[in-house]
Amino acid sequence: MSGLSTFTMILEGLLAGAGVTVAVTLASLLLSVSLGFLLAIVRQFGKRRMLHALIDAYCEIMRNIPALTHLFILYFGLASIGFRLSSISAAILGLGLIGGAITCDLFRAGFAALPKGQAEAALAVGFTPYRTIVDILTPQAMRIALPSLGNYAVQLLKDTSIVSAIAAPEIMFYARSMVTSSFQTTLIYSTVAILYLALALPLMRRSACSKPGTRG
Amino acid sequence: MTNFIQPYADYAGEWLPVLLEAMGTTALLSVSAFALSLVFGLLLALCRNTRWRALRRCVALYVAAVRGVPLLAILFLLYFGLPGIGVTFDAFTAAVIGLALAFAAQVAELLRAGLMAIPAGQREAAFAVGFTPYQSFTLIVLPQVVRISVAPLIVTFVSLLKDSSLASLITVDELVLTGRAMATEYFLPLHIYLAVGVCYFLIAWPFSLLSKRLAPPAAR
Amino acid sequence: MNPLLSVTGLTKSYGAVEVLKGIDFDVAAGEKIALIGPSGSGKSTCLRCLNFLEKPSAGAIHLDGERIGVRLGRPMSDRQLAPQRAEMGMVFQLFNLWPHLSVTENVAIAARKVRGLPAKEAQELALDMLAKVHMTHRADASPLELSGGQQQRVAIARALAQKPKLMLFDELTSALDPELVHEVLKVMEELAAEGRTMLIVTHEIAFARDIADRVLFLDGGRIVEQGPARALILSPREPRTQAFLRQIRH
Repeated sequence: MSGLSTFTMILEGLLAGAGVTVAVTLASLLLSVSLGFLLAIVRQFGKRRMLHALIDAYCEIMRNIPALTHLFILYFGLASIGFRLSSISAAILGLGLIGGAITCDLFRAGFAALPKGQAEAALAVGFTPYRTIVDILTPQAMRIALPSLGNYAVQLLKDTSIVSAIAAPEIMFYARSMVTSSFQTTLIYSTVAILYLALALPLMRRSACSKPGTRG
Repeated sequence: MTNFIQPYADYAGEWLPVLLEAMGTTALLSVSAFALSLVFGLLLALCRNTRWRALRRCVALYVAAVRGVPLLAILFLLYFGLPGIGVTFDAFTAAVIGLALAFAAQVAELLRAGLMAIPAGQREAAFAVGFTPYQSFTLIVLPQVVRISVAPLIVTFVSLLKDSSLASLITVDELVLTGRAMATEYFLPLHIYLAVGVCYFLIAWPFSLLSKRLAPPAAR
Repeated sequence: MNPLLSVTGLTKSYGAVEVLKGIDFDVAAGEKIALIGPSGSGKSTCLRCLNFLEKPSAGAIHLDGERIGVRLGRPMSDRQLAPQRAEMGMVFQLFNLWPHLSVTENVAIAARKVRGLPAKEAQELALDMLAKVHMTHRADASPLELSGGQQQRVAIARALAQKPKLMLFDELTSALDPELVHEVLKVMEELAAEGRTMLIVTHEIAFARDIADRVLFLDGGRIVEQGPARALILSPREPRTQAFLRQIRH
């Protein structure tokens, strides 16, 4: 068998998992961004000390514990006490909850970067505090946070590879099962690398000019 | 609730020593990989600022490639893939190298951002008082880069520490793999993985706090 | 007597853009020269070429008879240039103090690392120089805590500590708030009274008139007119000089 056809075969096998990889990435991205935005708004503009403390604690816990451990708790841990999640929903929930903490920081940095005069000017022309946040501050903060959100999306895409550890049928899962049935280990994992790179490339273009190191 | 806590009381004597040993492995793995990634990252950052265009391109390509490829793929390639072409590492070494290769790219980008944050006038003033390029780098530029980069570098270390958990998937006996073994032995996965989470938290949190303290007020 | 500094045929191009088109002038020891001209006239570039922060495209610069930046017909590296640059003190428009070092350390570090003075002597020298610019009271501060005028005075002290043969001042008041200009100019007058050789690029025409012995008016990369400071500024001969000075006054 020629090298090229082996490669094509491997690629086809891996592509079977690409759909799940993309779906898990998108679903957990959606969950992260909504959760993160909500937390950021409450943490940045809310007045309740108690809520601030809770959000800070949540972010610290998410940020200082590996995603793999979170996934194991959600998938194996909860199952043992009767909450059985499918591997894909555990993956989405786990990555989404962690991502909520990460994007919360990104949004807060966006809000914090706005000059104080922005809010003052909006209040001065008669906006309510609520409309000030929604109409004046949020769009600007979004624009500032966008490059780091792009970086985060790239990171998230890569992080979906670890959900193969809880048997979610994405790219890495297929790679690992192919490895056990063939000896093309080097070729298979190289193809995996190339495939992820290809998926990440469109996202990386967007965030090319932004800073690295968006992870918690 | 008492029911839930009970196993911890029952097994503390058995679990603690095992978890502590695994924490040691995780710490050693992370520190070794981070040290290596600092050296490698500084080299990459300097190459990125060199006047040889081909070298700059290569480094940029490396950084971009590593940014787009999951760490797990790198680890599998090093540990399962390379033996196929005759290069064999033990699992721990493969994990150290894999983490270092991946995080060197991040370190390089951080240091490069630090280098670019130093205004050109700083070097000009150093030249004007008669410093050599080496002196102006070591006395004027590098100390400022270190000051700018130290907080983000600590954040990077925490990321690396967390990602060291992936070494469990190439059979390194660190916290997560130890946790898996214990989970099958005691049939208490929730208790054990929560304990594993606490172990990570205990190592990582002090560094997270430190990075916040060291960050300049504007970024806080 | 040979001039301290001689500049001949100095040109500088960035790609196709010729910023300096052949500059010639001499500076005698103890002489104070002001370079004036509209923005973009090349006066700052000219100053920066003297210590090779910008590499001239052609021309020769001699300081005390020694060719700057060229040895045996070949351009010198920044490493080789270091001792020559140490002979010229430079003060920048944006001060360029080193924020990770204290005020004293900013002034003392070159004395130790370039001239090899022992730490104690370098420290004393730094304090002497800070006294000259009336900054002794902030010796232990960080440059970041100082006002622009104070930073610029420290930058002057840093250049003085080099014991240079020649001082180069690049628009040292342009980045300052108006009320801070005075304290810097006062220091400059005191330095001028000490008989130092000074080359001053400035926008402050009255200051140039009072402090300089000679004024060079640059426009379009050439010296259009030069002469004794008072005479040139009060009664310029060239139409372009007249136009420039008229614009400045109004």
